[in-house]
Amino acid sequence: MFRELIETFLRFLRTFGAMFLFFLRLLQYSPSVLVKRFSLVAYQVYNAGALSIIIIMVSGLFVGGVLGLQAFSNLERFNAEDATGILVGFALIKEIGPVITALLFAGRAGTALASEIGLMKATDQLSAMEMMAVDPMRYVAIPRFLGGAISMPLLTAIFTTIGLLGADLVAVELMGVDVGSYWQQLQNALDPKDVYEGIFKSVVFGLVASLLAVWEGYNCVPTAEGVGRATTRTVVITAIVVLVFNFMITAWII
Amino acid sequence: MQQTRTMEMGTGLFVLLGILALFFLTTQTTGSTDFEAADTYTVTARFQNVGSLKKRAPVSMAGVTIGRVTDIAFDPKSLEAVVTFVIDSRYNEIPDDSDASILTAGLLGSQYIGLQPGGSETYLGDGSEIYMTQSAVILENLIGKFLLHGSPGSSSDESGQ
Repeated sequence: MFRELIETFLRFLRTFGAMFLFFLRLLQYSPSVLVKRFSLVAYQVYNAGALSIIIIMVSGLFVGGVLGLQAFSNLERFNAEDATGILVGFALIKEIGPVITALLFAGRAGTALASEIGLMKATDQLSAMEMMAVDPMRYVAIPRFLGGAISMPLLTAIFTTIGLLGADLVAVELMGVDVGSYWQQLQNALDPKDVYEGIFKSVVFGLVASLLAVWEGYNCVPTAEGVGRATTRTVVITAIVVLVFNFMITAWII
Repeated sequence: MQQTRTMEMGTGLFVLLGILALFFLTTQTTGSTDFEAADTYTVTARFQNVGSLKKRAPVSMAGVTIGRVTDIAFDPKSLEAVVTFVIDSRYNEIPDDSDASILTAGLLGSQYIGLQPGGSETYLGDGSEIYMTQSAVILENLIGKFLLHGSPGSSSDESGQ
């Protein structure tokens, strides 16, 4: 019992160390890949970012809308419905925007990356590349990692902006909050620092989500079952890590 | 070929939207009331108590923002707060005996400096100091004063009888 516990802990430690080394290797080759194989990276930006626009925009609209609705109906009780903009803006820009975008990204793009790489491994494409003296790290892993890491801040910005407009739509157009006070109060209350915090979070989450997706795919058990499990693990682990990191970054910055 | 075109257009649209959104967030959601002026002059004022006045708080006259607080320091000799603020150079005819007070925007709003014009013929310039100042009203002190004011009054009534 005790022995098993220690073994589990050692296994976790080993996985953690291997993942960190993998991350360092990704970072080490990233600049040269970005310069020499730019078209591969650009394709992955399309794959991870451009194809995620629809889900990000629709989710942003409705998340913003429901925030606006809740903020309005609760603030109205205190005759403070003019503060709807502040509440929605702070929530979206600092917390909800980066986090939900990262979760959606893990579901939409992270799974795609993990299963794609996993299937490449299962069908021996990665080994074949190594045989041809082509480094799969540089051809497969890094472009996908960079594509995801570049896409995330842009996706977060789109999500947050659409969310603010969605809340504006509900609170101002439907509920009759004054459009001037919605934006004015938001602008007065929000510091540029708050916006930078959101952008910083999205950059961190982009690195984390892409790393985990590529790592899971790259290290999956090369069977049909293994690929499936890697896909699931990508979503689960990314969600947990992103939520924990979000708390830590907020606690650190606040 | 068709495939490449769709991909390129999709990526272009995505990156463009992303950059526009970033631009929107960094410029449109913060401080539109930010005071922007190419030319400013610096004025200082001493206060007994600045309350919760912060750097970048607006300086306004007749309700119009004409400047911004740049620094709040503590003078260890006179034990006062020294507030430094800049005023747009377009407003260079403010009498130098104007008085500065720390006011609160709304009931729970942030604090700002309000200037009330004086009647002097000389004007504020770079480096000048405002001597007539009125500290921030601290709610706790106000309540304290109210309570204190109530008790001596009642005690004197008793002594009178």
